[in-house]
Amino acid sequence: MTVSQSAFRSALLDGAEPVPDGLIDGLKRPAGRRYNVYRNNVAVSLTEALREGFPVVTKLLGQQNMDGLAGLFLRAHPPQSPLMMFYGASFPAFVAQMPQLQHLGYLGDVARLELALRSSYHAADTAPIDPATLGSLTPKALMAARLTLAPAVRHLRSIWPVHSLWRFNTEPGAPKPKPQAEDVVILRPEFDPMPHLLPAGGGAFIDALRTGATLGAAHDAALAETPQFDLTPVLALLIDGGAICALN
Amino acid sequence: MLDATPRYDRLPNAPGVGYKPQHFAQILDDPGPVEWLEIHAENYMGEGGRPLAQLRALSERFAISVHGVGLSIGGEGPLDPDHLARLKKLVGWLKPASFSEHLAWSTHGAEFLNDLLPLPYTNATLTRVAAHIDQVQQVVGRQMLLENPSSYLAFAESTWSETDFLAEIAHRTGCGLLLDVNNVFVSATNLGYSPQGYIDAYPLDKVGEIHLGGHDEDQDDHGAPLLIDSHGRAVVDPVWALLDHTLDRSGPRPTLVEWDTDVPDWPVLATEAARAATALTRIAA
Repeated sequence: MTVSQSAFRSALLDGAEPVPDGLIDGLKRPAGRRYNVYRNNVAVSLTEALREGFPVVTKLLGQQNMDGLAGLFLRAHPPQSPLMMFYGASFPAFVAQMPQLQHLGYLGDVARLELALRSSYHAADTAPIDPATLGSLTPKALMAARLTLAPAVRHLRSIWPVHSLWRFNTEPGAPKPKPQAEDVVILRPEFDPMPHLLPAGGGAFIDALRTGATLGAAHDAALAETPQFDLTPVLALLIDGGAICALN
Repeated sequence: MLDATPRYDRLPNAPGVGYKPQHFAQILDDPGPVEWLEIHAENYMGEGGRPLAQLRALSERFAISVHGVGLSIGGEGPLDPDHLARLKKLVGWLKPASFSEHLAWSTHGAEFLNDLLPLPYTNATLTRVAAHIDQVQQVVGRQMLLENPSSYLAFAESTWSETDFLAEIAHRTGCGLLLDVNNVFVSATNLGYSPQGYIDAYPLDKVGEIHLGGHDEDQDDHGAPLLIDSHGRAVVDPVWALLDHTLDRSGPRPTLVEWDTDVPDWPVLATEAARAATALTRIAA
């Protein structure tokens, strides 16, 4: 009687599957609930990884609901790599399509923000450019320049007040979220990623920078979406956050 | 990536602890009896940020042991070449004093199950595990240590004792062994054999490192004790006694306290390390 790893695996995430034959205790009796230690280790460790990775989603749902959701997710999407720091990449999409969560439409975007914070935390280190470099350019040369964003920079655009929701649930005394669309940029000046609210048009501006547009073309893209877009504060935010690591 | 200075080419025969980021400042400030640190390899496979910066700083002050938890050496399928490459990269720049992994499997197909799953001790398993260890040692470019598991059940098909199985793997591959005496105590209790007898049958000359940790208590279907290797509390007295029994026979070895869940404040962990220091001092006397 051999127990293949496929057989061992198949009952691991399915409590209704019988414990495989061939697993025994020290007196050669069937292993019974001893097998549940492995079931429990897998489910609990993955649930904890999701709770730790999505603390605001957990807070919004309550831990009991989060654990239930995590249980569904980990069975549908077990990790595909031993790097648990990246587990849950498909969790935001999973959350967004859950029929039972449609009344919390923003939840998927909050999960996206938390996932982006985690990936920023582990992103490569780079030295930002000296802000004086930008100041030394003529306006024409500046608008013709292409900016390279630091590897830890993330941004996301949401039809929900995703930044306000995140703040309200992490920062004591933060204002109550208003029903509005919000674009967010995550900056990591040293080791701690921080989400910042972008002014209207800021999301389109960073989208364009990401595709390799010049500063001028990215500015135009933002203006096309938001005629009152003001480049100066967005550029200042990126510079202060050490988000620009090359200029050419 | 800058190379770390290889100041520590082996672990000292002294206490170490499993490193937890919340202890970073206190470890540098007042390590107490702790002379070396162990990290879980997979937590330092990101591209940058605080984890790698802390590891670089710690490696200047302490010997480091890289302990993998995700290679799935006992897996029926081939080792993941991407993961092997990540290990090679980490060991390459950090130049740790030791590198170890587990006698277990955790990956099935493309899935990583995030637990150390058990293996039958058969000739087929022996052949496969030995081939995987050969591959690891070749790719990573150094000897590895293999850790004995905590067992909650056994396989009817097993034909080897765990101690003979580990001795044979070490003999075939040239790997060293990481002896987790808490795992021995847990497995012996769960499967009804003598933990001292296990130590007496174990190839102690191959031991490059000893682990200690806390466990939880449960029961099986028949009301028999079922210990669970949780690393979430202090090491119990019978495990400290088993450490003494081991050190009396092995001589001093690098001895690590693991505490991975419900992680206590630094002084509590340092006190556990001090107890390991006492055990090491006792045999030196």
